[in-house]
Amino acid sequence: MPVISYREAIRHAMAEELERDPNVVILGEEVAQFHGAYKVTEGLLAKFGPKRIVDTPISEAGFIGMGVGASMLGVRPVMELMFWSFYSVAFDQILNNAANVRYMSGGQINCPIVIRGPANGGTNVGATHSHTPENVLANHPGVKVVVPATAADAKGLLKSAIRDNDPVFFLENTLLYGEKSEVPEGEHIVPLGRADVKREGTDLTIVTYGRCVLHSLKAAEVLEKEHDISVEIVDLRTIRPLDIDTVLKSVAKTHRVLIVEEQKPFASVGSQISDMIQRAAFDELDGPIHRLSTIDAPAIYSPPVETEQLPNPERILKAALAALA
Amino acid sequence: MTKKTTATAEKKAEKDANLAAKAPVNAGLTKDQRIELYRKMVRIRRFEERCLRAYQGKKIGGFLHLYIGQEAVAVGCCSLMGKHDHIITAYRDHGHAIAVGMDTKPLMAELYGKVTGCSKGKGGSMHYFDPTRNFWGGHGIVGGQVPLGAGLAYAIKYQGLKGAAMAFMGDGAVNQGAVHEAYNLAALWDLPVIFVIENNRYSMGTSQDRSSAGPGLAQRADAYGMEWALCDGHDVYAVRATMDKFLTRAREESKPAVVEIDTYRYRGHSVADPDKTYREKTEVEEYQRTKDPITLFQQTLRNEGVLNDELVGQIDTEAREEAENAAAFSEASPFPTVEDIQKDVYWEVDNPAQRTSEGRLFFDN
Repeated sequence: MPVISYREAIRHAMAEELERDPNVVILGEEVAQFHGAYKVTEGLLAKFGPKRIVDTPISEAGFIGMGVGASMLGVRPVMELMFWSFYSVAFDQILNNAANVRYMSGGQINCPIVIRGPANGGTNVGATHSHTPENVLANHPGVKVVVPATAADAKGLLKSAIRDNDPVFFLENTLLYGEKSEVPEGEHIVPLGRADVKREGTDLTIVTYGRCVLHSLKAAEVLEKEHDISVEIVDLRTIRPLDIDTVLKSVAKTHRVLIVEEQKPFASVGSQISDMIQRAAFDELDGPIHRLSTIDAPAIYSPPVETEQLPNPERILKAALAALA
Repeated sequence: MTKKTTATAEKKAEKDANLAAKAPVNAGLTKDQRIELYRKMVRIRRFEERCLRAYQGKKIGGFLHLYIGQEAVAVGCCSLMGKHDHIITAYRDHGHAIAVGMDTKPLMAELYGKVTGCSKGKGGSMHYFDPTRNFWGGHGIVGGQVPLGAGLAYAIKYQGLKGAAMAFMGDGAVNQGAVHEAYNLAALWDLPVIFVIENNRYSMGTSQDRSSAGPGLAQRADAYGMEWALCDGHDVYAVRATMDKFLTRAREESKPAVVEIDTYRYRGHSVADPDKTYREKTEVEEYQRTKDPITLFQQTLRNEGVLNDELVGQIDTEAREEAENAAAFSEASPFPTVEDIQKDVYWEVDNPAQRTSEGRLFFDN
């Protein structure tokens, strides 16, 4: 199986879908001539030309809204936000228009738009550029929210997202773009809403997604070697739709749960998952559900301290031991 | 706006109006087509008067933004639509819905919150849609629909079709950032879209003088290198003459434009607006007396020998009956059920045989 980067996996997914469907068009800031602020779209302009790969001005409300309108008429825009943090200036377009237009029209319209880009902290860019809005997005019925952790998942999920007839918000991670892993050759599709057990174990379930999956895997190795603790890691991959069954199956096996997320703790994805577990599997739990989130403050700039603000393998290790105490 | 600029603008609009009837797009209208333009305006007004009664009778919830006084704008613009032309507007959308040909029964039923409504009772007054008639809403947030209008034009151009989009907004929308972003994109990429400002002089209760800087609203197009025009919105011929020019240019040359149509609403911003604080009653009465679009067009068609007392009476009676029938239909229709709340949220849920995703989409207990 070829080993490629997360960045290349996303690029391949877009290239394959551009090839497959003439209605797919890539729009965003610096996606064409500049090759993408994070080089995700590198080479696509040369291959597909300026009609399919379109540089937009710095005008998120304008171009995202334009994409929503175009999608209602059958164009399938895949729109890059240079950072998901910039969703706030296009909030009305994303969460009033894209999310609601089907409902308010009584099902007459659908909005097959994909909005993708990185949503993470850890790059020392301060609070304005470090938002992780998956909980905010998923709070809006009508939308789908995807947060892939590996190259294979990024490719397979993005292909599903582009083919989906509902608005799909695809949250990547700048710190994962260079991470390489195996991606199956040929047509590789991962359905939205299917979690993946990234590591099997018997003592503790870690429910997580995004870059925290990688951190959790590292922590699990140490827990195994140094503490003789067997950790099962459930990667949600998609926040909405949500594969709660895979989570509950793992809880029934380990009876202990730690939820790890790069979110602020208040009303986060983790708090939702926690509620669902306690309600559906109360009798399976041998202890309270534990959660590890980003320390509850705006993202700090100071590079070494930001590492500590976010979940990291060491923080996960401690949280796992606490969950098992 | 300075007095001098205002006077120049009014003079220009007046001149346009005089030429409007002779414009080929109007000169070529058959007698029946002229009557139909008149009938649509009357149908909109009678429908909305009936809406107001229903609202006062507590049959309608939420907001009700009436279009009364502005009928010539939607009717004039929408009468020019071809197969590949599309429109989108804001929340004062009843006139546009009727103008594109929607049946008034589901329109009224939507206001009553009934399942027979055009959006199954899920959108309400501000959210009418009919994609089969190229009508893409009905949008509640001031200016929020304008980038979508640019997107309709983008799709038309992307798909290589010869069409144009009209993105309607009120004079209150022109200060929203999303509108300027849409202007920039449309001009930058030569999108076939006409931004139509229906200037009824008040953004809710704030007059243009108190809300918008600069010499005028349409003139802002200059900053983006877009063509712009002013137009008399009390004269349906003038609306058609001006819009035809820009629509044709958009379809043929894929060029955007801003057209500011001077109009006036007789009722408050919404029916909840007591309409006592920001304008004089005499101002409304003066418009009704001298610039009513239905009265003016009726007179024009009488002068042309197209309308007579009998036909005017018949059209009015039929429009009143239509509005009554719409209300009766709405009254007799059922409400949506609680089960209906979660339909029409996701395409996939509504098309289960074609669902490819897995997992939970709803999160109730």
